[in-house]
Amino acid sequence: MTTSVHETQIFVDPKVPAVRIVREFDAPPAKVFRAHVDPALFSQWNGPRGNEMRTDYFDCRTGGSFRYVIARKGHEAWFHGSFHEVRPSELIVQTFTYEGFPDGVALEKLVFEDLGGGRTRLTATSLVDSFEDRDAFVASGMESGVREGYEKLDEVLARTA
Amino acid sequence: MNESRQVNVSADNLSRVFSALADPTRRDIVARLSDGDATVGELAAPYDVSMQAISKHLKVLEDAGLVTKGRDAQRRPVHLEATVLDLMTKWIERYRKNAEERYRRLDDVLDSIPDDPDPTQPSQTREPK
Repeated sequence: MTTSVHETQIFVDPKVPAVRIVREFDAPPAKVFRAHVDPALFSQWNGPRGNEMRTDYFDCRTGGSFRYVIARKGHEAWFHGSFHEVRPSELIVQTFTYEGFPDGVALEKLVFEDLGGGRTRLTATSLVDSFEDRDAFVASGMESGVREGYEKLDEVLARTA
Repeated sequence: MNESRQVNVSADNLSRVFSALADPTRRDIVARLSDGDATVGELAAPYDVSMQAISKHLKVLEDAGLVTKGRDAQRRPVHLEATVLDLMTKWIERYRKNAEERYRRLDDVLDSIPDDPDPTQPSQTREPK
């Protein structure tokens, strides 16, 4: 289901519990790739705005692994995962786990597509193991508003039941 | 209904809204209902399918909380619960905006790094320069 025609596009797959994000960049694939594998560069843009990211370890190569923390106002969220397949300027396949929910895991695939003229299309697909997790994952975009959002949905659904 | 059960029910309902809208016919029905209420017969008219098939689609939309049926026993007009649709759209749009913000920061990072002299070896940078 296409939900937006803006610059960053989101696709919520009806058949498998996946979310796909597509975005183009005015930089060649080698550069976009480097901004994903160099921890010093990655920590400059990853995570929500206003948060600080620190890496425990970050070894982006086939068979490597990562662990980092995103901190905001004393609250820390740790994440870790494994790099399953890394091909320079082309592909990163990795797992991703939020340590607050250690049994959960997402399989993420990042494809760097050369559009020519120094441009790149990045397609990031995140696959989880249930629709409930996927939908909660999409809903988590609300950040602190998630609970409030669910409460509102409760109210609406209670009225329409 | 206690509080923890309510949360579970809503998580289920969000999933139901997603899967209800995964079907193109149901999305079409929702789009048409956004112009105003309609009867099952009116909704079925443009499609080459039975009233029964449309009723089945409506049942899925109803279970997801997306539509309700009017009290009028004769017509039972189908009504779109726009609030539920708005909530889901807002969730996705918020998620999209977060991704967009993150990628705008990546745009800035990409502007700040010099062109790689050897693009075949971009992953060797292990230490910050």
